[in-house]
Amino acid sequence: MNRKRLESIQDLENQAKAIRRDIMMMIHQAGSGHPGGSLSATDIVTALYFNVMNIDPENPRWEDRDRFVLSKGHAAPVLYAALAESGYFQKEDLKHLREIDQHLQGHPDMKGTPGVDMTTGSLGQGISAAVGIALAGKLDQKEYIVYAVIGDGESQEGQVWEAVMAAAHFKLDNLVTILDHNRIQLVGPCCEIMSVEPAAEKFKAFGWHVIEIDGHNMEEIVKALTEAKAYKGKPVMIVAKTVKGKGVSFMENTAAWHGNAPGDEDLQRALAELA
Amino acid sequence: MAGKATRDGFGVGVLEAGKKNGNVVVLDADVGSSTRVKNFMKEFPERFFEMGIAESNMVGVAAGLATCGKIPFASTFAVFASSRVADQLRNSVAYPKLNVKIAATHAGITVGPDGATHQSVEDIAILRSIPNFTVIVPCDYYEAKAAVEAAAEYNGPVYLRLTRGAVPFVFDEKYQFEWGKVVPLRDGQDVTIFATGVMVDQALKAAEILETEGISAHVVNVHTLKPLDLEGVIRAAQKTGAVITAEEHSIYGGLGSAIAEVLAENASLPMQRVGIKDTFGESGEPDELMEKYGLVDKNIVEAVHVVLKRK
Ligand SMILES: Cc1ncc(C[n+]2csc(CCOP(=O)(O)OP(=O)(O)O)c2C)c(N)n1
Repeated sequence: MNRKRLESIQDLENQAKAIRRDIMMMIHQAGSGHPGGSLSATDIVTALYFNVMNIDPENPRWEDRDRFVLSKGHAAPVLYAALAESGYFQKEDLKHLREIDQHLQGHPDMKGTPGVDMTTGSLGQGISAAVGIALAGKLDQKEYIVYAVIGDGESQEGQVWEAVMAAAHFKLDNLVTILDHNRIQLVGPCCEIMSVEPAAEKFKAFGWHVIEIDGHNMEEIVKALTEAKAYKGKPVMIVAKTVKGKGVSFMENTAAWHGNAPGDEDLQRALAELA
Repeated sequence: MAGKATRDGFGVGVLEAGKKNGNVVVLDADVGSSTRVKNFMKEFPERFFEMGIAESNMVGVAAGLATCGKIPFASTFAVFASSRVADQLRNSVAYPKLNVKIAATHAGITVGPDGATHQSVEDIAILRSIPNFTVIVPCDYYEAKAAVEAAAEYNGPVYLRLTRGAVPFVFDEKYQFEWGKVVPLRDGQDVTIFATGVMVDQALKAAEILETEGISAHVVNVHTLKPLDLEGVIRAAQKTGAVITAEEHSIYGGLGSAIAEVLAENASLPMQRVGIKDTFGESGEPDELMEKYGLVDKNIVEAVHVVLKRK
């Protein structure tokens, strides 16, 4: 198994920074994409791919691998950057996000991109697939863990709650879901559009074990994920308090950068901040 | 009438498929006693998942299972297995081309007394328009059983449209299901009747009536609406030069549309469609509804008269 595992928090933080730079460059080059929700999920995805998950980038379809489902599929850039930085495909490919005849689709495509475990993009659906993968794991008595990232806006979808109910019903303790709780969706703040609060209490009421963390504190993230994968008897929801656009000051805490690409100057400013 | 519902064929077929292949799993949305998955559940309880009344999640879970090599049959009534979950079928199953089978029972107006909310008249149209989906509408119990077993062996998304009510046997237990091919059932020279599902039996009855009038009808069973057997359809149509389609489904987007599309591009021939005329159904007994909505043998005969005048 040839995989880059980073043990120190410092190394993970540096890796996260590199991924944030990748995200900025990819979306700038593509001229479209979703920076805000990619940046808010970056530390979580970095911890998963570079420390927590049991994966083999040289064998992306390895049966016993841990799985990752990006249910909020519009954050594809963070996944692509993590996959490229892990060695699933060439970093060069990142320059061709959203281009015709290239594999990096606007939203994750499991058929085209090595390492993508589930096709997503229509919100609310990825978490159901994650439940299915976890069920298959139980059926086959596999040890793998399924990780899924969902958005708080996404949690307005009824299907999320169908899946959450099912995961608890089937006692899927091999499913760890992270709520990227950045409190902003496409148009504006979730609390104004359609409140999902109190989110943590809702997941608890649905029978999940809930861990609340700061989704940008690498130490807390790694600790929570490590606790979550060892937890028995219930699925685990990590409610990660995050900042939309995290790491690029002018993109932070605003819906304005949900789905807009940085221009040339924006990119220079962002890269300077992420140096 | 000697016959059985095609949902019963599914129930037996999926059990057989489950015996042959340990990867076959079944998902139900609280209608398992009606969709005939009970026997599978009894035989393979660990491979049976009751998902509750949550069809969207059921389809997504089936997709997830398929990514791990399982062969999920997700089963519920056709209305809830098609329009209700169209986006899940599209984005979680069809686009990634996952090996998920949708067993849609209680299709069409022959559902009967439950009425329009439970009578899918548009499901074939929806599924036919989603890339990567194979759409199969068996005409009797034996074809349903064989199609289910064949679907389990095929790698890719399949929608199986099944009936609640009994339909007369067209075949017997020796029937071999040929993937993707139309099945000529009766040879004739004057008109070709393409029929699917419960209308195959009506078409055969119509052919007998037509024979008494001196009209010889060529009857073809179209069990696979997509991908359509282009060669078989064109050959059968050109053989007589006049075409009828018969389906228990809207005339928009189903068999009639599919055949019309093929003929328009390959062999312009006079054609008439027998099917549901862009309307919802209502409560009633299946045979009453078939009569009222123009889906019985005499409606096919009338359509033949019309098409022959245009020949
Ligand atoms: C079913 C569906 N409806 C609408 C959209 C369009 N859309 C893409 S992202 C988004 C907002 C998502 O908000 P959230 O889940 O909070 O994501 P984040 O803020 O973390 O980016 C919307 C409405 C979609 N992709 N899928």
